[in-house]
Amino acid sequence: MEKPFAITLDVGSSLANKTGSWRVERPVYVDRLPPCNDACPAGENVQGWLYHAEAGDYEQAWRQLVDDNPFPAVMGRICYHPCETVCNRAQLDEAVGINAVERFLGDFAIEHGWSFEAAPPSSGGRVLVVGAGPAGLSTAYHLRRLGHTVVIHDAGAMPGGMMRFGIPKYRLPRDVLDAEVERICALGVELHLNRKVTDLPATMRDGGFDAVFLAVGAQLAKRAYLPAGDSAHILDAASLLHSMEGASPPKLGRRVVVYGGGDTAMDAARTAKRLGATDAVVVYRRTRERMPAHDVEVEEAVDEGVLMKWLSTISEVNEGEILLEQMVLDDTGFPQPTGRFEKLDADCVVLALGEESDLSLLTGMDDVEIADGVVQVGPDLMTGHPGLFAGGDVVPAERTATNAVGNGKRAARTIDAWLRGETLPEPARHELASFEHLNTWYYTDAQKTERPRLEPARRTSTFDEVVGGLDETNALFEARRCLSCGNCFECDNCFGVCPDNAVVKLGPGKRYEFDYDYCKGCGICVVECPCGAIVMEPERV
Amino acid sequence: MSAAENGKPMTTTQPVKFYQVGSFAVGNRLVDPSQRTIQADAARANSITSGHRGCQGCGEALGARYVLDAAMRATEGKLVAVNATGCLEVFTTPYPETSWQLPWIHSLFGNAASVATGVAAALEIRGRDDVRVIAQAGDGGTVDIGFGCLSGMFERNDDVLFVCYDNQAYMNTGVQRSGATPPAARTATTETVGREPGNPFGQGKDLPRLAMAHGIRYVATATVADLHDLEAKVERAMGFRGARYLHVLVPCPLGWSSAPEDTIRIARLAKESGLFPVFEAVDGEVTAASGIRKLVPVEEYLRLQGRFRHLFDSSGAVARSDVVARLQQSADANIEKFGLLRREMV
Repeated sequence: MEKPFAITLDVGSSLANKTGSWRVERPVYVDRLPPCNDACPAGENVQGWLYHAEAGDYEQAWRQLVDDNPFPAVMGRICYHPCETVCNRAQLDEAVGINAVERFLGDFAIEHGWSFEAAPPSSGGRVLVVGAGPAGLSTAYHLRRLGHTVVIHDAGAMPGGMMRFGIPKYRLPRDVLDAEVERICALGVELHLNRKVTDLPATMRDGGFDAVFLAVGAQLAKRAYLPAGDSAHILDAASLLHSMEGASPPKLGRRVVVYGGGDTAMDAARTAKRLGATDAVVVYRRTRERMPAHDVEVEEAVDEGVLMKWLSTISEVNEGEILLEQMVLDDTGFPQPTGRFEKLDADCVVLALGEESDLSLLTGMDDVEIADGVVQVGPDLMTGHPGLFAGGDVVPAERTATNAVGNGKRAARTIDAWLRGETLPEPARHELASFEHLNTWYYTDAQKTERPRLEPARRTSTFDEVVGGLDETNALFEARRCLSCGNCFECDNCFGVCPDNAVVKLGPGKRYEFDYDYCKGCGICVVECPCGAIVMEPERV
Repeated sequence: MSAAENGKPMTTTQPVKFYQVGSFAVGNRLVDPSQRTIQADAARANSITSGHRGCQGCGEALGARYVLDAAMRATEGKLVAVNATGCLEVFTTPYPETSWQLPWIHSLFGNAASVATGVAAALEIRGRDDVRVIAQAGDGGTVDIGFGCLSGMFERNDDVLFVCYDNQAYMNTGVQRSGATPPAARTATTETVGREPGNPFGQGKDLPRLAMAHGIRYVATATVADLHDLEAKVERAMGFRGARYLHVLVPCPLGWSSAPEDTIRIARLAKESGLFPVFEAVDGEVTAASGIRKLVPVEEYLRLQGRFRHLFDSSGAVARSDVVARLQQSADANIEKFGLLRREMV
């Protein structure tokens, strides 16, 4: 070919020069496990549903959420949100108000009448669920979605278990609970109320069930021996809270003492205030720091005028007054008596010393191991009896509704696997997306949106809900505070900062890929990725 | 009665815009595409395509693509680039390959401004005022070798945007000192020996100020760490006719002995410490400065760079506090002069 003077080669593009050969390390896109997801007892993909909420796609967000947990409106009120405790944003300003957004989504769904996608026709096993509390309803929901026939038997007159009979209305309005329970039943779950299972082997046999999920919870109040006069008025917190669902509220008197230091004690004291008690005093044998109740419950109780009597035990109950003994903590943190006593006016004593499960229905099932009053299960939540699974408050675990919902999901999956003669593989967990993985420069500064709270004066006179919800504007704002830890949210940084144009943008929702023909492995994309979704890996030789 | 007392959800006033990463990231799926950077667009011009031989983590390759892609957008693709000799020319055009995806002319080391003047004059004669001209050079080709030609181009007010990609030394030829090398930096010609190791204090040139002194229409500085700012300045510059000057700080992993992945981080720290003021000036007067968002001491910027290693001991602690203090003084002077900590600037 004829070429101009001094030209010997055709003009070519530098694309002929595959600079990828320079590389000793290669960037790779990864998904890391956000701390919120890691901490969620219900196994929610929190970051995943926030991602949709950020874009204002609330329905998609809700659908992603209910993939794991069918109770967003309930959880958004009563969950103690361990997700927020570990949220990476807390190290920047304040944790994302995950719980508030969850509630917003739950309420939005109820308001708009969203229902679950229809479950497949029942073709699998026939499963009995004993107990319509958070664990039982969660299992029923997930099993139904996996195509199994589900029958729930519950001893109570209304479904919900401790969500209804243990949690006061001012924390969880009943219309919210009803709406989310009804939505589960609408999936085709058979719910039988007022049907207490007393002989489980017989019920299993008669109903022709292939598997059982035991979720009867823990309602029997633990008692303590208290020397008491004839006319002393003593009742337990579980029955107090239970009776609040009835037509006539119990009469407690003006001066109410609650004995115990858990969340139930706080609920009982706050309920007593609302029933007209002028004094509601919580007596606890240890100190505030050692109290099992969650901080938020204690704070709200104190705000409402509930008084706390630390380091005290009740040694005698008489009409109109009780005798307290002061305690000291020994070196191991255990309370020891001091021999010093004081009197306290009290019309009534409410015992909130914890609850136990009624496991009499297991009588005769020798292969089910019971220890410390709870049913022992393997990691798959199966008891020693093949096909009998258990979860929620009847197994050794933290006794919260969220944990029960998580148990329910897990049990549904293992029951499904068991019915098919398989074992559920342990899901691979991604590496944790810890704060060090983030490049927080890129996130806009934004303080948390606080949910409005009812004034204390109004709280103690009514059972109105104490904590309000977010509206659409501030829920969107709150969702957008999410850092999307460890998961690409398509900010285009990698695509923009590559000096070699070696990042290919695949379009909305499809993320990116590297062009290893040209990537020199400089690693700028890794450092400038806000959420830590890229890692460098040694190049294979 | 407040909304809270009423028991109804309280409507809190929100900042007008809050989109997770705001305008700090390159793109943002939550905002309209028009508010994202040009670099976020899969259809960007990619003025320097892949396969160029810039080092791993080259700040200049990045800076030049940012500037030219923005100028291509502003001129609807009617753009000619004149390129002085230097890294940018060498690594993009090893014969017979080219990375350039726009009309591009290579000049001598020192005369890019003059060649650009000629291109602009030729276009004018042919009545093609729709085609615009950019001249680009490194700091050596701008502040030292090319300064005479550049000063003439400013003085004649030729219709050229001159862009200096400042990596603060002659990198292509082996990291020799230039008039833009900062004090205390090690180069091949300012070794870390003697009482004042590295480049001496009190020398060098402040080209943005020199450009402003020529009274040209528009002068601006920028870094590769703030893309929105850089693109806005290129677009603004292309909105003016006559001589314009843009000075872009582009970290150089080779010459600065820094990790290739730290290129953007270092540029950001240069601005956030106050050492490199980011501002714009119209008709010789400073009209705006980019405020510091998270103030850092200069040692955070210096510590990442091997050219300042002699100021630290092996544990990374400051060993030459006297030198670091002088550098901090110059950062503080910038903060004061440009009002970089004033709230309304942020």
